[in-house]
Amino acid sequence: MPDGAAPVLAVRGLRTVFRTRGGEIHAVNDVSFHLERGELLGVVGESGSGKSVTMMSLIGLLPMPPAEIRAGTVMLGDQDLLRITPDALRDVRGAKVGFVFQDPMTSLNPVFNVGFQIAEPLRRHMGLTKAQAADRAVELLELVGIPDARKRLGDYPHQFSGGMRQRVMIAIALACDPDVLIADEPTTALDVTIQAQILELVKELRQKLGMAIIWITHDLGVIAGIADRVMVMYGGQVVEQAPVKDLFANPQHPYTRALLKTIPSLTGARADRLQVIEGQPPIMTAAPTACAFRDRCTHRFARCDAENPQRRSLDARPVGFGHDVACHWTPEAADA
Amino acid sequence: MLTYTLRRLLLAIPTLLLISLVIFFLVDLAPGSPASEIPLTVPPDVRAKILESMGINQPVYVRYLLWLKQFFYVEPLNGIDALFGTSFADGMQRIISYQTRGPVFSLIGERIPQTLKVIGTAYLVGVLIAVPIGIYSAYRQYSWFDQAGTLLAMIGFSVPTFFSGTLLIIIFSVMLGWFPTKYDTTLVVTDWASFVKQIKQMTLPVMTLGLANAAAISRYMRSSMLENMGHDYVRTARAKGMSERTVVLKHVLRNSMIPVVTVIALGIPSIFGGAIITENLFGVNGIGSALIGAIHGNDLPMVQTLAFIFAILIVLFNLIADVLYGLLDPRIRYD
Repeated sequence: MPDGAAPVLAVRGLRTVFRTRGGEIHAVNDVSFHLERGELLGVVGESGSGKSVTMMSLIGLLPMPPAEIRAGTVMLGDQDLLRITPDALRDVRGAKVGFVFQDPMTSLNPVFNVGFQIAEPLRRHMGLTKAQAADRAVELLELVGIPDARKRLGDYPHQFSGGMRQRVMIAIALACDPDVLIADEPTTALDVTIQAQILELVKELRQKLGMAIIWITHDLGVIAGIADRVMVMYGGQVVEQAPVKDLFANPQHPYTRALLKTIPSLTGARADRLQVIEGQPPIMTAAPTACAFRDRCTHRFARCDAENPQRRSLDARPVGFGHDVACHWTPEAADA
Repeated sequence: MLTYTLRRLLLAIPTLLLISLVIFFLVDLAPGSPASEIPLTVPPDVRAKILESMGINQPVYVRYLLWLKQFFYVEPLNGIDALFGTSFADGMQRIISYQTRGPVFSLIGERIPQTLKVIGTAYLVGVLIAVPIGIYSAYRQYSWFDQAGTLLAMIGFSVPTFFSGTLLIIIFSVMLGWFPTKYDTTLVVTDWASFVKQIKQMTLPVMTLGLANAAAISRYMRSSMLENMGHDYVRTARAKGMSERTVVLKHVLRNSMIPVVTVIALGIPSIFGGAIITENLFGVNGIGSALIGAIHGNDLPMVQTLAFIFAILIVLFNLIADVLYGLLDPRIRYD
């Protein structure tokens, strides 16, 4: 990761709110992060931590209303995606930013054949003719490892297995050679052997094509095997961010530590029970004024109720570039 | 698909035979006799001769078989004769109406164009109005347009045609004088002026029935669109950068049309059945009023034949709906 070069994607102070009948839900609270060229950033957190909403906010995929982006900038190159017209944003979606969703069984349109569905962005963004788009679709299907690609162009999604469908989704996302690929839990709906195949495929594609990837998951095992850098989210905020080795070797946030403890170990003495994090993730009905994790935290002290912790760097590098954490607790605070 | 269609067509034969049996015997069981239409002043021996000429004295199964033969053999031959000027059916007994003493099919042939013109146009207008309304209502759910569409559908559903039709007559014919109150069946379109007159006299009945048809279909369209709008593939289409137009009118609409096309196809036989009340209200001399007249006059052959034609149409359009379903949805295969 070259620190000096401009990041391909830089998000600053993103705030997304859902307006519902019961009041506002603050789903994303002041999230900042960046993505280097060719880097794979893992985003971890449990359901409702705001990881998917954050990524969908970036490229306007949230239904508005009820969603509303209150603040922030999303710089892709020199374009602020939150301030360009809807038409300009459509030119970005599918061309510069590809998206792979969680459930391949429902993410493809059942009444169009996959050839058509892959060709659609090619014709829209790259202005290819029908024949050119079909040729490129064959290339893409071969790239993602679907045998007999040309024959399968006319097949419909229901004629593919789950893993094969996810490969088709990846082919669609990669169709226009995007700078950024956002994968929202792409392996969660697949069984373990297929998961491993898809992971291998993504690793391989990354080497071949060199795009930057944001990989959303709640599976830390996947992250350890694939990511360069990890961002842990909780309550719509980034609570810890570090290069992958640092995070696993030296987790700082109590939530990160708790998450790591929940991974069942295959070696050593057999534990009686699986480790869990007690309690529920919070529903953010207001912008946080205290630590969002305090109700489930074992280190809770007075300051946690008074003030929402800001991200602070743990090494010499600025926040976002080294290892940083958003927590009041320090070993010194524990002594005091 | 072709094999499936052929198999379904073959299966339709026993189905229709059974239906014809039920219809014929049920109608035959009805109380009253065509003899009651003959004045009491007619001497008994003449009376008996009239009944004999009608074929009523024969046992019911003979009459049924005769009717079947006439329906499936004589009448089609007659149709061919009428079309090509041949004479296959010369001298064969056709199905005769008790009331008019004329062939039932000639009567139906006279009535059906009126019905198709008015009721068919109303159905077409209803569909053409309902589909866009349903699409836009779903796309802008809970907007003022959607609310207005819901209100219109509620009115179309709950207000009977004898009320809405009368209301339209009072407003547009009596008060404003824009359209005639009665439909003139004898009008023949020969030039521009008579064409305008035909359009004018069709407007009110078409509006009355069109509203009722549009109400139902727009609701189906809306709910089907809404259901599909929330699917993951819609998000995928947006993530590919497709325009809203493509997302809604291609990706969502294609999926939403599957159930709606079935509903529309299944509604088509009701056009031929006519709309008895509307036909009566506007004086359209169509198939609906023919059926009512036949029931009143104990005209059994007419009632039996009409009921059976409706049954054939329903079976046929059921088949068409199923075939369309298979064409629209690649997940459904009929092999």
